[in-house]
Amino acid sequence: MISLIIFYIISAIVLFGSLGVIFSRNMMYAAFSLFFALLGTAGIFVLLLAEFLAIVQVLIYGGAVVTVILFALMLTKIDDFRNLSNIKYWPLSAVLSILTLLILIIGILQTQINTQKLKLVNFTDFSNDLFQYWGIPFEIASLVLLVALIGAIVILKDRENDS
Amino acid sequence: MIELVHIQILSAIMFCIGIYGVITRRSAILILMCIELMLNAININFIGFAAFRDFSQSQRIFGHVMIVFIITIAAVELALAIAIILRLHKNKSSVNIDEIDLMKW
Repeated sequence: MISLIIFYIISAIVLFGSLGVIFSRNMMYAAFSLFFALLGTAGIFVLLLAEFLAIVQVLIYGGAVVTVILFALMLTKIDDFRNLSNIKYWPLSAVLSILTLLILIIGILQTQINTQKLKLVNFTDFSNDLFQYWGIPFEIASLVLLVALIGAIVILKDRENDS
Repeated sequence: MIELVHIQILSAIMFCIGIYGVITRRSAILILMCIELMLNAININFIGFAAFRDFSQSQRIFGHVMIVFIITIAAVELALAIAIILRLHKNKSSVNIDEIDLMKW
């Protein structure tokens, strides 16, 4: 019962953060709302007993992603964002997304899924599986990170200075 | 107690908010933020199924491993997209995606 109350509080934080991202006029407020939504996701991870993923979420999303987005907001001009919030077809897209939500909720409520009580994944089993059975995809993911690092540097390098 | 349906509905609402933002907004950085919202909705769905469905232990661990990979790919995509946005801002001094039509026709 107490976990249900905590779940409702956390999901209220997540949903208000998400709504703040799409409805706030100032870009800085949108970035901070995104921060609250991501921290709320970490709270849901904690509530479902996945504490390692919660730590990863706080470190990567709360630390790195929000900082990178704030840097991008700083390095591009703020005046650019004033008049770009809405297009004139916004009722159409609102109807479209609400229709998608209705279809998803009807599908969720009508599907019978065999559930069980909340069960925790042991951290030792998780890391054994991650580094043994999923070892090669893990290494490929690190290779993808290296390629993205080099790619970002190459994209942002000034072309007229070399050669 | 929390059930799977609660987690699924929260994930669906968050995903549709992300869809609305991606369609409506015209600033490229805001579209990136909405894509991050959608990826987080998918992560919530994965963790819900991994915690509540009657899977075996290895399938349950697969859900957690998949979340690690999704977070990695989201970070990669964000870094590259912000590099492209900064380069476009340097070249065209705008991040409005309606004005970025270099590859049109």
